[in-house]
Amino acid sequence: EHGRVLDDAMLNELEELLISADMGVETAMRVAAAMAEGRFGKRLDATEIKSALAAEVARILAPVARPLPLYGKKPQVVLVVGVNGSGKTTTIGKLASQLKGAGKSVVIAAGDTFRAAAVEQLQIWGDRAGVPVMVAPEGSDPASLAFEAMGRAERDAADILLIDTAGRLQNRADLMAELEKIVRVIRKKDPEAPHNTLLVLDATTGQNALSQVDIFRRIAAVSGLVMTKLDGTAKGGVLVALADRFGLPIHAIGVGEQIDDLAPFDPEEFAAALTGLDSRM
Amino acid sequence: MFEGLSERLSGVFDRLTRQGALSEADVATALREVRVALLEADVSLPVARDFIAKVQEKATGQAVTKSVTPGQQVVKIVNDELTAMLAGDDAEAGRLRVDSPPAPILMVGLQGSGKTTTTAKIAKRLTEREGKRVLMASLDVNRPAAMEQLGILGMRTGVDVLPIVKGQDPIAIARRAKQQATMGGYDVYLLDTAGRLHIDQELMAQVESVRDVAKPHETLLVVDGLTGQDAVNVATEFDGRIGVTGVVLTRMDGDGRGGAALSMRAVTGKPIKFVATGEKLDALEEFHPARIAGRILGM
Ligand SMILES: Nc1nc2c(ncn2[C@@H]2O[C@H](COP(=O)(O)OP(=O)(O)OP(=O)(O)O)[C@@H](O)[C@H]2O)c(=O)[nH]1
Ligand SMILES: Nc1nc2c(ncn2[C@@H]2O[C@H](COP(=O)(O)OP(=O)(O)OP(=O)(O)O)[C@@H](O)[C@H]2O)c(=O)[nH]1
Ligand SMILES: [K+]
Ligand SMILES: [Mg+2]
Ligand SMILES: [Mg+2]
Repeated sequence: EHGRVLDDAMLNELEELLISADMGVETAMRVAAAMAEGRFGKRLDATEIKSALAAEVARILAPVARPLPLYGKKPQVVLVVGVNGSGKTTTIGKLASQLKGAGKSVVIAAGDTFRAAAVEQLQIWGDRAGVPVMVAPEGSDPASLAFEAMGRAERDAADILLIDTAGRLQNRADLMAELEKIVRVIRKKDPEAPHNTLLVLDATTGQNALSQVDIFRRIAAVSGLVMTKLDGTAKGGVLVALADRFGLPIHAIGVGEQIDDLAPFDPEEFAAALTGLDSRM
Repeated sequence: MFEGLSERLSGVFDRLTRQGALSEADVATALREVRVALLEADVSLPVARDFIAKVQEKATGQAVTKSVTPGQQVVKIVNDELTAMLAGDDAEAGRLRVDSPPAPILMVGLQGSGKTTTTAKIAKRLTEREGKRVLMASLDVNRPAAMEQLGILGMRTGVDVLPIVKGQDPIAIARRAKQQATMGGYDVYLLDTAGRLHIDQELMAQVESVRDVAKPHETLLVVDGLTGQDAVNVATEFDGRIGVTGVVLTRMDGDGRGGAALSMRAVTGKPIKFVATGEKLDALEEFHPARIAGRILGM
C-alpha cells in the first residue's frame, strides 16, 4: 500500500513545512487544517498531499495576483517604497525596462537623496533601461524632487513616472513622516497621485513583513506589493499571511539581479515552489 | 501584533498551583507556547526544535520556587538558556582578530544585507577606537555603483579606499588590496564583496578564491536581522563553503524580533560580533545576549 494516513502527526508535519516557508504559525495552522478538511483519515501519497496543500495556498493567493494596473492618466505616478535593501532601486530599473518594452514613455526620479551612491546606481539602471533619470544633489529634499519630476514628466508627456525613495524601517517615525510628506507634495500637483504605491518586500524577510505592510500601508497608502529575491531558497510564505490579512495585490516578483529578472506573480507556481511540489519529492 | 512569552504563559499556567515541581505535562504545555513564541520571532524551525528539547530536559522536575508561579519559572529557564546559547563560550566574542598587520577581514552575505555599510562602520570603529590604520576595498563588480558607494563612505569616515580600477575581477582586486595594505603599512584591510545567494555556485566559488588569496583573519557573515526561516540555509551554506568566524546582525533598529540571531549562533557556532542599528556610520554596537534573548521572547 502506498502513501500515509492523514492524521494529527502528518498535519503537524504539514504545518511545519509551511512554517519553514515563512508563513507564520497561525496561517500555517489554518492552511493545513483547510487542506485536511474532507481528507482527514484518508491515505494519501506525497504528491497528492503537496498538490492539495499547493492548491489551498494558490486559492488564497489567486485573488491578489494582479499585474500593475495601467491607467490612461498621464503621467501615471508610481511611488516605490520599502525598508532598506529590499530591492526598490533594482525593481525600478527592471520595471522601467518592461514598461518601455511595452511602448510606454517612462521617466525615473531618483528620490533616494540619502544613501551613498544611490543616485549613481539608479542612473546606471536608467541607462540600461534606456529611460531618463531625474536627479537632485545628495541631501536635498526628496519631496521637492518628486514635485519637480512630476512637472517634467508632464512637460515631456511621459506615460509613467517611477519615483524611487530611500529605504526606511517602518518603525522610524521621522523617516515615515518624510515619506508622508513626499506623498503630500505629490498630491499638490495631482490629487489622484501617486496612482500606485508599490511596497517592495524581500523574500528573505520573515514575520516582520506583516509590520512593514501594516505601517507602510497606513502612511503611504500602499496599493500593491512586489516581492524580490525569490531566486534564493526563501519561499516568501509570508505573502499568504499578507493576502489573508490585507488583500493587497501582488504585482510582480524579483527573481535575480538582471534587468529581465522581474516576473508576473503566478499563484500556482508560487504555491508549487512553497510546498516543494515543483522539486523532487 | 505579537504576544510576549510571559503573557502567553500566564494564561497557560493560571490553572496551576504554586507548589511542587514542574511536572512533565506542565513543561510540555509551556513549551508549546515557547515554540510558537520562537517561531513568531523568526527562529528557524530546526533550531527552535533543538532549543525546546534542551529546555525540556532542564525544566522537567525543577522545583517551583515559592516566590514565583510555574509560568514565571519556565520563562526564567527559557530566558537563561536562550541567553547562554546566544552568548556561547567564546571569550573573544566582541573582539576582532586584527593583531598581525595587515589583517584581512572578509565581508560576505546575501544581497542587500548591509555589507558595504557595515564595512565602513567597522573601519571607522577600528580607526577611532583602536587607532588602527585601515584600508577598505570593494570587490563588488556586480551591483551598479557599488564601488562608488564604498568610495563615498570612505570619504565620510576618512578611511582610505583602494582606488577603483575598472575591469578587474574580484580576485585581482583582492590581490591588489593585499599588496597595497602591505606596502602602505596598514594594520587592517577590509574586503567588501558583492551580495550573493548561498546557492549561486559560481559566485560562491568566486568568494572561495578570494578567501584563498586573502587568507582572512576574520570572515564576517553580514545578516539582516529581519531574516526569517531562510537564516538556517544561509548560515549553513556560507559557513560550510567559506568558513565564517563571526556574524554581524543588521537592521536591529527595526521592530523585528531578531530570531535570526539564534539561528546564526546555533548553526555556525560562531559569535555574533556586532549588531548594526542604523544607517549612520556609528550605528554599530556590541552584542548583548540578554537583550536579544528578551527581544526574541517579546519581554
Ligand atoms: N538575487 C536577487 N537580488 C536582488 C533582487 N532584487 C534586488 N536584488 C539585489 O539586492 C540588493 C539591494 O537592491 P537595491 O535595489 O539596491 O535595494 P533598495 O531597496 O533600493 O536598497 P536601499 O535603497 O539601500 O534601501 C542589490 O544587490 C540587488 O542587486 C532579486 O530579485 N534577486
Ligand atoms: N536601518 C538600517 N539600515 C541599514 C543598516 N545597515 C545597512 N542599512 C541600509 O541597508 C541598505 C543596504 O545596505 P548596503 O550596505 O548597501 O548592503 P549590501 O549588503 O552591501 O548590499 P549589496 O552590496 O547590494 O549586496 C542601505 O540602505 C543601508 O543604508 C542598519 O543596521 N539599519
Ligand atoms: K525561492
Ligand atoms: Mg535604493
Ligand atoms: Mg554592497
